[in-house]
Amino acid sequence: MEKINLTIDGIDISVAKGSTILQAAKEAKVDIPTLCFLQGVHEPGSCRICVVEVEGWRGLQPACVTKAEEGIVVKTSSRLVRETRRDILELILANHNRECLSCKRNQKCELQKLAEDFGIDSNYYEKKGTCVELDQSGPVVRDTSKCVLCGRCVSVCSNIQKVNAIDLAYRGPNTSVTTPYEQSLSLRSCINCGQCIKVCPVGALQERDDTEKVWKALEDPELHVVVQTAPAVRVALGEEFGLPVGTNVKGKMVTALKRLGFNKIFDTTFGADLTIMEEGTELLHRINNGGKLPLITSCSPGWVKFCEHNYSDFLDNLSSCRSPQQMFGAVAKSYYPQKAGLDANKVFVVSVMPCTAKKFEADREELKINGLKDVDAVITTRELAKMIKQAGINFNELSDSYYDELLGTSTGAGVIFANTGGVMEAALRTVADILTGEDLQTIEYHEVRGLEGTKEATVNINGMELNVAIAHGTGNAAKLLDTIREGKADYHFIEVMACPGGCINGGGQPILMDKSKTQEVNQLRAASIYSLDRTAVKRKSHDNPEIKKIYAEFLDKPGSSKAHQLLHTHYIARN
Amino acid sequence: MGNTKILSSRFGKIKPDSVEEFVAAGGYEGLKKAITMKPEEIIQEIKNAYLFGRGGAAYPTGVKWEQAYAIPLEKGPKYMICNADEGEPGTFKDRHIMAEDPLMLIEGMTIGAFIFGAKEGYIYCRGEYSGIQKILKSAIKNATEAGYLGENIMGTGLNFNIKVVSGAGAYVCGENTALVESIEGKTGRPRRKPPYIKNAGLNMMPTVLNNVETYACIPWIVKEGGETFLSVGTEFSGGTKLMCLSGNVVQRGVYEVPFGTTLRELIYGLGGGIAGGKTLKFVHLGGSSGACFPEELLDTKICYNDLRKNGLSLGSGAVLVVDDTHCVVDYLKTVMEFFEDESCGKCTPCREGNRRMVEILEKLTSGRGAKEDLERLQRLARTMRNTSFCGLGQSAPVPVTTLLKHFAAEFEAHVQGRCPSGKCSMSGVRR
Amino acid sequence: MEKVDEVLEKFRYAKEDLIQILLELQMLSGKNYLPQEWVEYVAKALDMPMNKVYGVMTFYGMFSTKPRGKNLIEVCKSGPCHVSGSQGIELMLEKELAIKPGETTDDGLFTLERSNCFGACDIAPAIKIGEKVYGNLTPDSLRAVIKSYREEA
Ligand SMILES: Cc1cc2nc3c(=O)[nH]c(=O)nc-3n(C[C@H](O)[C@H](O)[C@H](O)COP(=O)(O)O)c2cc1C
Ligand code: SF4
Ligand code: SF4
Ligand code: SF4
Ligand code: SF4
Ligand code: FES
Repeated sequence: MEKINLTIDGIDISVAKGSTILQAAKEAKVDIPTLCFLQGVHEPGSCRICVVEVEGWRGLQPACVTKAEEGIVVKTSSRLVRETRRDILELILANHNRECLSCKRNQKCELQKLAEDFGIDSNYYEKKGTCVELDQSGPVVRDTSKCVLCGRCVSVCSNIQKVNAIDLAYRGPNTSVTTPYEQSLSLRSCINCGQCIKVCPVGALQERDDTEKVWKALEDPELHVVVQTAPAVRVALGEEFGLPVGTNVKGKMVTALKRLGFNKIFDTTFGADLTIMEEGTELLHRINNGGKLPLITSCSPGWVKFCEHNYSDFLDNLSSCRSPQQMFGAVAKSYYPQKAGLDANKVFVVSVMPCTAKKFEADREELKINGLKDVDAVITTRELAKMIKQAGINFNELSDSYYDELLGTSTGAGVIFANTGGVMEAALRTVADILTGEDLQTIEYHEVRGLEGTKEATVNINGMELNVAIAHGTGNAAKLLDTIREGKADYHFIEVMACPGGCINGGGQPILMDKSKTQEVNQLRAASIYSLDRTAVKRKSHDNPEIKKIYAEFLDKPGSSKAHQLLHTHYIARN
Repeated sequence: MGNTKILSSRFGKIKPDSVEEFVAAGGYEGLKKAITMKPEEIIQEIKNAYLFGRGGAAYPTGVKWEQAYAIPLEKGPKYMICNADEGEPGTFKDRHIMAEDPLMLIEGMTIGAFIFGAKEGYIYCRGEYSGIQKILKSAIKNATEAGYLGENIMGTGLNFNIKVVSGAGAYVCGENTALVESIEGKTGRPRRKPPYIKNAGLNMMPTVLNNVETYACIPWIVKEGGETFLSVGTEFSGGTKLMCLSGNVVQRGVYEVPFGTTLRELIYGLGGGIAGGKTLKFVHLGGSSGACFPEELLDTKICYNDLRKNGLSLGSGAVLVVDDTHCVVDYLKTVMEFFEDESCGKCTPCREGNRRMVEILEKLTSGRGAKEDLERLQRLARTMRNTSFCGLGQSAPVPVTTLLKHFAAEFEAHVQGRCPSGKCSMSGVRR
Repeated sequence: MEKVDEVLEKFRYAKEDLIQILLELQMLSGKNYLPQEWVEYVAKALDMPMNKVYGVMTFYGMFSTKPRGKNLIEVCKSGPCHVSGSQGIELMLEKELAIKPGETTDDGLFTLERSNCFGACDIAPAIKIGEKVYGNLTPDSLRAVIKSYREEA
């Protein structure tokens, strides 16, 4: 590799040709503050907080996008640089609705940290920002009074997710990040994936706060409140309490939920196993009866809405299965009350999800059964952490507890739903056993794992060649479906998850202060999920004893009319 | 003062879009000669002419064309673009060229196309000039019919077409990369450089971009020779310049003057001096992003070197004359409101800096200013100049620093609650 | 939508002509603005995401998302006109039309706006009505201009 030499703050350093000054500084162990920059995702070089002096060059240079050159002498902390950065920061803060104390990003805010580092305590300028929009109509809340116009959310939404819900609009002092006609996100094509929230350096984008709904339910003596937790939550919640990334806190989480006062603590993996039973059956049915192929998974509500908006010609390909969250909810309000001798109307179902789109899904009209919603309130991993803190629970000191029975037993298959490729792998485990009629030893399908944007594989089961593909991030899904539209690809089964990396990187997961670590964090969370699978007692959905029980005692068999009534749905074209 | 007319000789004398009248008055002789020359020879003539870009940045056109020509033919310049955005307040010279002799510009672009083998040309004309766009379109149509544009131009095998693209009200689109974005139908926010447009401009293909007046000089240079062009001006500034005289002067308008003419000769000679028998307070040279200076500097010659020596630049050639009934703080507020409005909003220093400068100037003009506000203006000016993403934010503070330098006492008076010329309200109300 | 189709047709549905298309549609609207239905239709027809189209139309100063008067009167507020008395012109217009900048007269005939330099500095103070420029304005000539538009209506 070709190297170049330069000096940064008196330190001589040799870096790969093509490196930016920011990268070179990192190697020299020199910190340069950044705000708009998010490597590989958004590199506009526009906030200018990262400026440095290069001897002999005119003006100051943005370190994040300026390539280092042979022999340059860079100063990153001269008086000029410090004063300039301070000016820039003051300009940004002058518009900013500073209400850190009541802001959800308090302590996890990149702007707040910069202000602290630079010791900015006064406000010289008088006028407030002009672009103030507060959109709280949907699961994703936008508060432009806190927006620093970095544009990260726009890049994520347009380039990675290919949703194009928001863009930089207007100019001059009116510049803002907004939707067409400033309509609320929920009226436009937003899929509620929350990926924009995850990259926002400040508190301008947030999930809708549903914790109050949950507190009220818990305090209502009339209600029987059950909670389900999605698999991705257990490997991320610990981060909110300072535990190492990827720590599995399942046991502590269950204890905390009991302490919060939930009547029963159940596991969404039960719903996941149920999904595999139904979807695996649907797949085989479609293959054997000339049904519409490829079958595409429908467990990611962000993806489902994306499909409804942009690929409505594929709606018949979507599995009719409800998502695990909804399947769980449906049985929690039918099978569970029947078994527990409760009035279904008094059962209140709360979900803890790594996902903001689940909030939208839970409110879908077409999912109501006899006028009842499957799920009454959805909170994210972040919101659960907040509730635990508010309740004064010392999370890290908690001992472990187990999920409650009936809807609380999980298999490794249900757990890996959290990772991209996980639904596929879980389905293959079950489909393979059905086709061979054996209890196969082949459990792990490594060809469907990993973080590449799209993956494809041909799996041979008992002589049947199954062509499968996996996409995560709706932008990748769009690419995949385009190849099918153009007739360039032919698959039997496709798994799509709306969030890059799958649910482990969902829009409701903990915010990283250093967002350049996203990939690393995703890998650790994913590894933790796979290790939970490896150590699970049962690793195939159809081996779950509670699943066997529910079919034997309530649902009859996968695809039965009862199953259809409770566990399946239909979709709406939204173009 | 010489009176060689390079650009304005046909102004008002021909029907602007008539090819016959244009040719009868000496038009297309440059192109006719050019097609008998080698591209390198034409470029050499332009270099000999010491022609500097007339759009404001004063980049040597010969050098620009040489670099563009050097780009290998496989990736060879595909597009010729004419910057007719003319948004710099106080500038209206390109309007005159396009309204009175548009074929001269078209001829210049066609010579460029011949050099580079370009097939497509664009004239990006500001939306406010909708009437002029019609003249341009008609001139292009007539030139095509007469065989000066279109297929196999004058039997050379050259195919070249020009499309007129309208702006829609954005000053920043005069900036190279923003302009290219706008031709692509997008918002006109500047791109990061590198890559420069000569390598990756319109549709990310090699692009040659020049101002209207720059192109308009080309036919004459080819016809008469680069050295003749140079001899009209000064040692290092070839030819003539269209100067736009506006403000409190008797005879406002566009004047073609040879380089070397002094500002005093322009304002007091050609312009007839200050209107209404008043006295000059300052001149704002080169447009809103240029420097403001008082009477002492009027003997500076219009010539890139002399101006630079005095800390000035010619910019677009706008000369706004302001008499002593006006207030510099009030005037500056007007100027900065322009930049506040026209900032594309991309980068922090320009978007927020201009707006906060306006806020401070509002304080000063309403008598609420303090000493620290003047320091703040200087600080902001430095930060904007050093860190803005494009030329707009980098040069917007020029009028601020130059007025603060030359009229410090007047700013001080405002801090003390007094507007010497009585233009400011000094009402003290918070807005 | 026929009008819109015609314009789209004229520009052969080329994405790069979005700005040209919008300019023409705004002229056709009769009210100097871009009706939302038209714009959403254009975005679909050009297969462009609406967020991008909205970004473009709000960026450029000439476009309006809200209906304006039949005649758009723009008073130049930039330096050259400012020092040539544009404020007086603006005040006169406010009085004559009984509206403030940004407003439209009750009869829908005029909208008054303050604009940046449109290159008429040699005849400052200047105003623009639609595509026409009027300069060297005095109270009398200004009144006469307005009157002519009223009579034409
Ligand atoms: C904010 C801004 C506005 C500009 N406006 C114009 C303009 O209206 N017309 C123009 O010719 N050049 C303008 N320029 C300069 C152009 O970017 C470019 O340098 C010029 O068109 C190149 O042509 P030239 O070399 O022939 O001058 C502007 C530059 C900036 C930064
Ligand atoms: S976004 Fe950051 S700086 Fe702004 S109020 Fe919230 S915590 Fe404070
Ligand atoms: S939630 Fe997803 S789709 Fe909606 S604006 Fe954010 S990134 Fe775009
Ligand atoms: S909402 Fe957040 S991510 Fe989006 S531009 Fe504003 S600050 Fe940046
Ligand atoms: S300096 Fe920055 S904000 Fe200003 S016009 Fe240029 S890019 Fe836009
Ligand atoms: S971090 Fe470098 S410009 Fe924003």
